[in-house]
Amino acid sequence: MSVKTLQIDGKMITGSDGDSIFTVAWEHGIHIPRLCHIGGISDVGACRLCLVEVEGQRRLQASCLTPVQEGMVVHTDTERLRAQRKLIVELLMAERNHVCAVCVANGACELQDLAMRLGVDHVRVRYRFPSLPVDLTHERFGMDHNRCILCTRCVRVCDEVEGAHTWDVAGRGAGCRVITDMGQPWGQSDTCTSCGKCVQVCPTGALFSKGKTVAEMEKDRGFLKYIVTAREKGQWIG
Amino acid sequence: MAERIVIHPVTRIEGHAKISIYVDAAGEVESAQFHVTEFRGFEKICEGRPFHEMPGLMSRVCGICPVSHVIASSKAGDGLLGVDPPPAAVLQRRLLNYAQVLQSHALSFFHLSSPDLLLGLDSPPEKRNMFGLVEREPDFIRRGIRLRQFGQRVIELAGGKRVHPVWGTPGGVLHPLTREARDEMAGWITESIESLQIALGRLKSLLDSLQEEIRHLGNFPSLFLGTVNHDGGLEYYDGLIRIVDSEGNVVADRLDPRRYYTFIEEASEEWTFVKFAYYKPLGYPGGKYRVGPLARLNVAQHAGTPLADREMREFKQRSRGAVCESFHYHLARLIEMLHSVERIEELLNDPELLGEDVRARALPNRREAIGSCEAPRGTLFHHYTVDRDGTMRKANLLIATGQNNQAMNMAVEQAARRFVRPGHLTEGMLNRVEAAIRCFDPCLSCSTHAIGRMPLVIELRDKSGRVLDRITRS
Ligand code: SF4
Ligand code: SF4
Ligand code: FES
Repeated sequence: MSVKTLQIDGKMITGSDGDSIFTVAWEHGIHIPRLCHIGGISDVGACRLCLVEVEGQRRLQASCLTPVQEGMVVHTDTERLRAQRKLIVELLMAERNHVCAVCVANGACELQDLAMRLGVDHVRVRYRFPSLPVDLTHERFGMDHNRCILCTRCVRVCDEVEGAHTWDVAGRGAGCRVITDMGQPWGQSDTCTSCGKCVQVCPTGALFSKGKTVAEMEKDRGFLKYIVTAREKGQWIG
Repeated sequence: MAERIVIHPVTRIEGHAKISIYVDAAGEVESAQFHVTEFRGFEKICEGRPFHEMPGLMSRVCGICPVSHVIASSKAGDGLLGVDPPPAAVLQRRLLNYAQVLQSHALSFFHLSSPDLLLGLDSPPEKRNMFGLVEREPDFIRRGIRLRQFGQRVIELAGGKRVHPVWGTPGGVLHPLTREARDEMAGWITESIESLQIALGRLKSLLDSLQEEIRHLGNFPSLFLGTVNHDGGLEYYDGLIRIVDSEGNVVADRLDPRRYYTFIEEASEEWTFVKFAYYKPLGYPGGKYRVGPLARLNVAQHAGTPLADREMREFKQRSRGAVCESFHYHLARLIEMLHSVERIEELLNDPELLGEDVRARALPNRREAIGSCEAPRGTLFHHYTVDRDGTMRKANLLIATGQNNQAMNMAVEQAARRFVRPGHLTEGMLNRVEAAIRCFDPCLSCSTHAIGRMPLVIELRDKSGRVLDRITRS
């Protein structure tokens, strides 16, 4: 595998051909923000939080989808990027109903963490306050569309790792939702194996274990690395 | 010419309140109304949510007595699951409810009411507040602050957060209590009991000089409603409802709080958002009743703890029947605080309190359940209906302010009749009307700041709405 040498935030770094800027940066301790990316499943570039500046390119690039190239000069933490990311988080907060104080994921939510890291102390756009349902028909899990950021981690992990492909995305724009099977209630899904992988990878309080009260839902994402390593390398190590 | 005097808080109050006093052509007070525009949207917010979230959501109803809402909500949740929480969970809930009573009453008595009581209702307003009191009575006020801290610390140690603890849950509580936490709590007991005895002595010594207020700030017959335990003693967590009349006769006993709707009904008036609860068999408005500290002491035969029992015997001698003077809510509050500290001590000595098993688990087994407890201000009911999956369909909260609503209106009217002279408004009038409300310690007074008085405006208006006189205080 050939090696590429590039510069990220002034540091000379090498990465393998085909690796994304995001992955290489993280391997070198540069933690680019993200919400839709999670190691172990494919990337789709849905959230745009991992945007970076690449010298010589006018447009910002989603680092999770941009492969490293020889001689690249990348900036991950500029004024412009910070402003962009902050706005994206504000838009996510305003798009649905995020009331952290009474959310099951309060204190263990990637969106909330990011908002804090980026200094989102208020939201400058107007809240939409959509009226969205909560699906509690599944015996063990619940889906709260009020907290979903449409990152599609659930869709991908269910398809790529569990192989069930229960989740999908339906609708467009403001009407976009993740759905189970053909849109029937989760509890009536024929394909769902109740493995709970979607719940664990979901970055927010959208997918949760039933019976959890406010601030009680903590996700365990370690399983994904374990399964992927086992599958790819035949090594069963945590 | 008929007139209307409007008193209403200007700022810094969540849930706005306003008092209108109607005066007839001869200048006599005709009637008074106490309007509260409480935030009633809460019940609506619950709809469609998983019922397991309710304790967390309900802890946001109020910044002063969140624990009581968490408890009533968790108990309703127990009912939906159809489980009994493990003993350690019940003990923890009891412990926190006493701590809640303690800290909420401490705020009401020491921070909000004692400037009036100790410095006098006619003392200069710029001195009649916590700061004035700190100058004059530093030790007394420090003790009050410490008592409140004790209550808050217990809640913090068990609930993780002082203001809005998310600690109770359907089926029990979230975490076992640690030994260190318990030991720290135990360290506060001696001082707290001493402080309460000092405060009780102090208040009782002042009562003679407050006869005018005692007689005219809400002194009238009514029913009293509260929870009692199996042998008729004070009870705050579990138990049955008893109702007594002003003569002290038991009107109804052993009523199941989970069937509150069979004996309590709510009436509406177009001039206020808070409903008027009444005892069904006597109708509206005849079935008016009071809840809270005074009511609990009137319905219970004894406290069940030695120091509070002594105080209660003395308290009961203040009247041949029930104690009907709303002013004695203050005294009742102090007795309840003493009782709470004694109960906290008992609970801390119970080895089961540290039990590891604190949560019973089940899928929802019932579609409807009611949880109740005695909150600092009175009996609290949470009534939930869910669908098969546990999605909230309906929530109904019956809170103390609604149950005391009729009595508060009467108290305000009585105070106004006695103290308000139309055409000429004085600070003293304002204080007395305010003090009448303060007896009940309704939620709106809790959201004013610890400075000790409500920001108010009194407006004296004629029929056409023209302002004749106005006093503002911020
Ligand atoms: S999902 Fe995260 S950001 Fe949204 S309300 Fe819950 S804790 Fe807050
Ligand atoms: S449910 Fe969770 S994982 Fe799925 S799209 Fe929404 S936020 Fe992402
Ligand atoms: S992490 Fe790259 S677009 Fe979401």
